[in-house]
Amino acid sequence: MSTEQLIRMLAADRTGRAAALGARLAAALAVGLAVAAGLFWLTLGPRPDIASAAGTLRFLFKFVVTLVVAVAAGGLVLRLVRPGADAGAWLVALLVGPVLLAVAVVLELLSVPQSAWWPRLVGANSYLCLVSIPLLAAPVLAALLVALREGAPTRPAVAGAIAGALAGSLGAALYAAHCVDDSPLFVATWYGIAIALVTAIGALAGARLLRW
Amino acid sequence: MKWDEAEWAALMRAGNAGDAAAYEQFLRAILPALRSFARGTVARTGPNVEAEDIVQETLVAIHLKRHTWIESEPIGPWMRAIARHKLIDALRRHGRHVRIPVEELEDVLPAEETTTDYPRRDLERHLDRLPARQRGVVQAIALDGRSIRETAEALKISEGAVRVALHRAVAALAAVMRLGAT
Repeated sequence: MSTEQLIRMLAADRTGRAAALGARLAAALAVGLAVAAGLFWLTLGPRPDIASAAGTLRFLFKFVVTLVVAVAAGGLVLRLVRPGADAGAWLVALLVGPVLLAVAVVLELLSVPQSAWWPRLVGANSYLCLVSIPLLAAPVLAALLVALREGAPTRPAVAGAIAGALAGSLGAALYAAHCVDDSPLFVATWYGIAIALVTAIGALAGARLLRW
Repeated sequence: MKWDEAEWAALMRAGNAGDAAAYEQFLRAILPALRSFARGTVARTGPNVEAEDIVQETLVAIHLKRHTWIESEPIGPWMRAIARHKLIDALRRHGRHVRIPVEELEDVLPAEETTTDYPRRDLERHLDRLPARQRGVVQAIALDGRSIRETAEALKISEGAVRVALHRAVAALAAVMRLGAT
């Protein structure tokens, strides 16, 4: 087939101009989150003392830090699926969450006695945390990857990784409502490992699924 | 070779708004730039890859991913990123590792006016294996230059069916290109 013939074929193909990418990703996010939230209510549910916990700084901070990461990852993913889009500012934004968490860790180390550091880091339920966050993130990541295939990421593994970070941080925000460990030491360690795991899964999946 | 981005953007916008002729004009307008870019790079990295193959692969990618361009944004960086992506993809498939600085995409070899168009045998073999309806539609539109309506009349199917078959054939073509045609 010559280029001339190819152009005729492409010019005649007027179907399949997909919906706006932003809308696709938002819809995928909504579906994935709905499934994850359903999963959360069926299996874990909020912690019994959530009403009193909601008044404590440490508990609320878990949502702040995970949602800050989610917003930055979401903005970055929207750039990464468009060839030639400038992602610089969102890359910086992605650092805000980790920096906030580092500050919180330092404040925690300053405010509790050294003997309490280790128990707070280990927490009550690190294993459940490590399993729940990736499981809650899975439907979100799956929905995102499907939507991202409509895009054109020139770095598929990176786009997949950031989608993983987005899914992981949202999974973590959901799990935070169940989790009784509120110390930033616990959050930095176990939430961190869990989100990193989902990010790595996203990178592997992206490298395979998001090529075009 | 000038990248006449303002003109391309205008044609693409018109195409998105439903002007099929403008869209075809867009594909033809970007062709010299894509050729000059592909030839320039192939000349420097070795003649293992046919530059026109890369041009065709880039055209298909631009076509299938045209919704990823935001109409209010400049079209140049978007096209350059796609051209670069498909070029690296093609060279990598042929076992070459190359780094192409983005800036180089703008000033490549001066465009020669000789045509380098040639029939891709691998794609034609692939077209032979398409389902009968898709093959008939591709034959009528790409090779015989018929319109959607004329094709529908000739094949005695609806225009909608022609459109669906054509789109599937384009998608199948893109898949074959991506895997490195057999």
